[in-house]
Amino acid sequence: MPRRGTLIVGAGQAGVQLAVALRRLGDTAPITMVGEEPFPPYQRPPLSKEFLSGAAHFDMLALRAPDFYAEAGIDLVRGERVREVRPGLAATESGRELPYDRLALTVGADARRLPVPGGDLDGLCHLRGYDDAVRLRDRLGAAERVVVVGGGFIGLEVAAAARTAGRSVTVVEAADRLMSRVVGAAVSDFYLAAHRRRGVDVRLGSGVSAFDGADGRVTGVVLTDGTRLPADLVLVCVGVRPRTELAERMGLRCDGGIVVDARARTSDPAVVAAGDCAVQPHPVTGRGAVRLESVPNATAQAQVAAATLLGRPPGPPPPPWFWSFQGDLKLQIAGLADGHDQHVVRGTPDDERFSVLYYRRNRLLAVDAVNRPADYMAVRAALGRGATIAADRAADPEIPLKTLIEDPAA
Amino acid sequence: MAKVIYIDSAGREHAVDAAAGESVMAAAVKNGVPGIVAECGGNCSCATCHVWVTEEFVPLVGPPEELEEDLLDMGVSERRPSSRLSCQIRVTEALDGLTVEIPPEQP
Repeated sequence: MPRRGTLIVGAGQAGVQLAVALRRLGDTAPITMVGEEPFPPYQRPPLSKEFLSGAAHFDMLALRAPDFYAEAGIDLVRGERVREVRPGLAATESGRELPYDRLALTVGADARRLPVPGGDLDGLCHLRGYDDAVRLRDRLGAAERVVVVGGGFIGLEVAAAARTAGRSVTVVEAADRLMSRVVGAAVSDFYLAAHRRRGVDVRLGSGVSAFDGADGRVTGVVLTDGTRLPADLVLVCVGVRPRTELAERMGLRCDGGIVVDARARTSDPAVVAAGDCAVQPHPVTGRGAVRLESVPNATAQAQVAAATLLGRPPGPPPPPWFWSFQGDLKLQIAGLADGHDQHVVRGTPDDERFSVLYYRRNRLLAVDAVNRPADYMAVRAALGRGATIAADRAADPEIPLKTLIEDPAA
Repeated sequence: MAKVIYIDSAGREHAVDAAAGESVMAAAVKNGVPGIVAECGGNCSCATCHVWVTEEFVPLVGPPEELEEDLLDMGVSERRPSSRLSCQIRVTEALDGLTVEIPPEQP
């Protein structure tokens, strides 16, 4: 029987990594990767940073050279969306049939929309794909007053880029602090002050009730307290919604994402999922489930998924890590701080160079490092080998963290 | 365009035509040169694009900046005086023929 090989649905970071990992593990069966965008697979992180500032163009974003896929025996199907999956055979919306032996879902996530009046006005942008980024960059060139709804990584990265380009920028955040899902309160407070110092108007605890418009174009944002913020460009960055529709139609278990186990298997163990669309057991504690939106997670999980498809044991999970470069503020995170009962601040936030280490029962969990990459790397290295760093000594910013790493007893 | 030659840990040479302005990491990853992982896509955050620059090119390439220095210090398996993160080396016409060695291990 001819081998039908692996079908990868979704051609983003996780999909490409999965295909590459299969080849690296010696798999010679056919690989078909389907992506709905017309572009060859590209990196998304620069879209909110270097691409907006003009420092990167599309060719620099490509994940692989155009010839790479054919040379690696990866059949890249672009501009097609998979509509239906039956055992052994998938079909796209255009009717193309894609037979498979093994199936991987790396379908990613969509930018969440705000369900308020005026949400379809011209001049209202979201940022997820390359198309979105081109639209945003072009509009940013002509805009004067920019309102960013959402004070997370992407919203703040764009706010920093727009401010650097001389625009008037307001950030509206519904929570009572910035990036509340990903960093500790001390780091949120620092970023609030730092963005304000750079001239960004940040409004915390502010929901959006509507967008104002005239002649079909957005003219402002109405906050829940009645404040009206004039704007000629509005960017809505309020998180993502994992794309679970296909998995749900296949009868796979979904709960805030496609549910997978530590080996990236969905509730149908023959089907794997990886990346932004997947909810996995907490990679450190194993208790509870998390969906990690990051390139490093997409990469690591795709490698696990590839090993699983080939019946190989996966390597040990690396500690999660994240980065967000907001203008000249380089935030690097290693580990997951949830459940921490203690934190230690190294350095002084006023210098714009400090880090916060998080602990639970004296055990190192994570670090948020601002312009202190050595601290970030030291914690990442420690977590990667099950080591810790004594909290009382970590507080002295003059002692390099790498000299404080205590390996677990052999 | 400039040619960049990567020598992998098995001693095989991979020659790539890189565009000026592109990083030495990006040229390798896009063309499937094995051993350069570049998880962070060139943001000087992962240290998985470590290379050893061959001696004659060290002065042309120059030393790492502070952020890169910190990652090299902590994040790579075998630090040498010629160590650089290839995401931080921009290809220029002057670097035509640039030859770098890829270490056997990226963290």
